[in-house]
Amino acid sequence: MSPIRAISLVIVLTVFASAVLGAGNWQPLKNDGLHDPENPAIEILQEPGEALGVLVPDSAGNKVDWVRSLQEGLIEPRPSLDGDEEPNIRDTTVLMKNTYPLFYVRFTHKPHTQWMSCEACHDRIFVPQVDANPINMGKILEGEYCGLCHGAVSFPLTECNRCHNTNPATLGREEAATGEGTQ
Amino acid sequence: MKRWPRRMLAILVVVALGPAVIAWAEYADVTINTRSEAEGVAPVIYPHWFHRIRFQCSVCHVDLDIKMGAGTTGITMEKLIDGQYCGACHNGNIAWSIDNCDLCHSGRPGLETGVKGGHETMGPGLY
Repeated sequence: MSPIRAISLVIVLTVFASAVLGAGNWQPLKNDGLHDPENPAIEILQEPGEALGVLVPDSAGNKVDWVRSLQEGLIEPRPSLDGDEEPNIRDTTVLMKNTYPLFYVRFTHKPHTQWMSCEACHDRIFVPQVDANPINMGKILEGEYCGLCHGAVSFPLTECNRCHNTNPATLGREEAATGEGTQ
Repeated sequence: MKRWPRRMLAILVVVALGPAVIAWAEYADVTINTRSEAEGVAPVIYPHWFHRIRFQCSVCHVDLDIKMGAGTTGITMEKLIDGQYCGACHNGNIAWSIDNCDLCHSGRPGLETGVKGGHETMGPGLY
């Protein structure tokens, strides 16, 4: 076997192995490098695998698709301490076009408002006006704007195409198709 | 040619078992040691995953005014006993009360304050 073939085989196998092992590999608390294994709480605290293993699997972050887990009703996080408050769900999207050479960013309000109230972002992080926020990847990587959550608790910044999700070349066609109801 | 299967097997074993033996925190675990060890208790570990199953983000980050940035809120036990921050739930009513010291103060000695990432990111640059 030539070295190039061997290397490609290793890469393929590595990708395959990480895909197979991706979900369900949550560390027990006593092995996570944070908890003190001598602490009596280790026996009482819930293990990540027990809680996360029943949710919709994903390839990044907690290995859980939190949005789908909520939308499919597997979890029902309370919108307020007493759980009485009605969430204010918005269905609008915001298209950000200044993203060359990557795809446009189509921000969807729906999953965000299913997870938090308007005040979490507006106005303290984002001015509620299109093109009024000087967002760029440098700031996001520094933990500003989207990076305040994405990369810390929501899906990480390695998942480029989850935000850069709209191909400029087909944007017009998609909108036309959707508009005519043929899609 | 004949030797490759054995080498491949060895590589496969490393790839398969590697993640199982490497210790890593769960994505978005927060460690807080701004005062804990100086005050003689273990550092605090806050698991985001546990809490977001039960509450939406804005309950803590808007309603309870907990800032997004490990160690930046200025939480003290006095404030928690007053019912602020964690104390809004951890009062024996919504969640277990704050006399269960070990359940939060469960970190290894010497932990630094910060947000611990999973396998792909260690969190944003600032924290």
